[in-house]
Amino acid sequence: MLKGHQTWVFDSKPVIISSAAVGGAFEAEGALAEDFDILHEDIWLGQDSFEKAEKKLLEEACETAISKAKMKKEDVQFFISGDLMNQIISSSFAARTLGMPFLGIFGACSSSMEGLALASLLIDSKSAEYVVAGASSHNVAAEKQFRYPTEYGGQKPPTAQWTVTGAGAALVAQKGDGPKVSCATIGKVVDMGISDPFNMGAAMAPAAVDTIEAHFRDLNIDPSYYDLIATGDLGSVGHSIAGDLLDKHGLKILKHRFTDCGLLIYNKDQPVMAGGSGCGCSAVVTYGHLLKRMKKGELKKILIVATGALLSPLSYQQKESIPCIAHAVSIEM
Amino acid sequence: MSNKKKKKLTPIQQEYQDFAKDREPKPQVLKNCIRAFLVGGIICTIGQGLQWFFMKYFNFTKETAGNPASAVLIIISILLTGFGVYDHIAQWAGAGTAVPVTGFANTMASAAIEHRTEGYVLGVGGNMFKLSGAVIVYGVFSAFVVAILKLTIKWLGGM
Repeated sequence: MLKGHQTWVFDSKPVIISSAAVGGAFEAEGALAEDFDILHEDIWLGQDSFEKAEKKLLEEACETAISKAKMKKEDVQFFISGDLMNQIISSSFAARTLGMPFLGIFGACSSSMEGLALASLLIDSKSAEYVVAGASSHNVAAEKQFRYPTEYGGQKPPTAQWTVTGAGAALVAQKGDGPKVSCATIGKVVDMGISDPFNMGAAMAPAAVDTIEAHFRDLNIDPSYYDLIATGDLGSVGHSIAGDLLDKHGLKILKHRFTDCGLLIYNKDQPVMAGGSGCGCSAVVTYGHLLKRMKKGELKKILIVATGALLSPLSYQQKESIPCIAHAVSIEM
Repeated sequence: MSNKKKKKLTPIQQEYQDFAKDREPKPQVLKNCIRAFLVGGIICTIGQGLQWFFMKYFNFTKETAGNPASAVLIIISILLTGFGVYDHIAQWAGAGTAVPVTGFANTMASAAIEHRTEGYVLGVGGNMFKLSGAVIVYGVFSAFVVAILKLTIKWLGGM
């Protein structure tokens, strides 16, 4: 049901009956290693290309999520997924393996929550009984497509971020045990004219702020309603900008209740500059770490605001600025 | 950012960019310069050492010893790239590893390794010069311009 201008309220409360997070070696050294279902030592995952490795990550995440719910993939009606590769090949190719009816989406790094919002909408409208929402990214595959070869010796500025090697998937159902998706706010594209692809945090922060403000305006609630508000991959730069911007706009969020998946995932001593990024970042942190904390009872209500930078390597070479988007999904226990 | 670029921004965008600028960590220019100076200097010293080595033991002249010396530097750079070490040194050293011949070798080797999965022809062959192509194009072109200038000055009786 539409509420306000851009928010869906799911009256039937779709349930995330299971979720899974898969990561790589660098994530295994990170702060949330224990919250992953599978961690790979080999960045190739035994495949002969990094693109295939990313596909494998996504397949494993989906299969794990389905098997954790003691179900078979035939029981699932739809698979919604997105990633960063050109023509979202990781998602499409994983869908080929999984053999489930597939809806491919692209919202850059916001794909994780775009997928969860759409999955919940399908469940809420009784268009499906079970839907899997997934998202993935692979550090090397993303670097190769968006930036320079991995072994290229270019110095990265302190605002740069580290793309997460990982995939997350959530199995959403009409009923069952688990955290419930209560509402979702679909963001609009915000472009503040930043064109430096090594400064995604600053580019995406206004989009996150716009969506967070829209969420509270549409639902007419206060930020204190949530135990935790986590943005997707703003990193340290974007996180502090977003925090200050919300303050400036008069929306008071307590510091300890406002965090960022890109800040949570790695340890301080890992060389990730401003923090983690990529579709996999918000997906693994939400579907691995945060949902686990909810099940333990540490968190009751959380709002995930996945942020995406909608640029392409071509658009940035043509000196276009970076349009950004953020989608917020509210999960309650 | 250049003023020309800023003019296209709306006032809100400009205000935001100033707002964001205050919260971004600044690149440490002085620290980076010192590191680049040190590492670049070390690489050049090794190159000089190699040049003497080839002159002393292999009967090269001062002019011809540069070739084997840079070949050795290139091989070392490519090996370090292949073993995945070069990019870590470069993150620390910045321009210090990018400017000498080792940087050029690294751009070619890294691109070749990266695109190996697309095959030897379209992948390695087609992408090897992806980054270094610009260096070659503008290197050759500026050499051409300088040569024309030199000839013109000579023709005018300047040299």
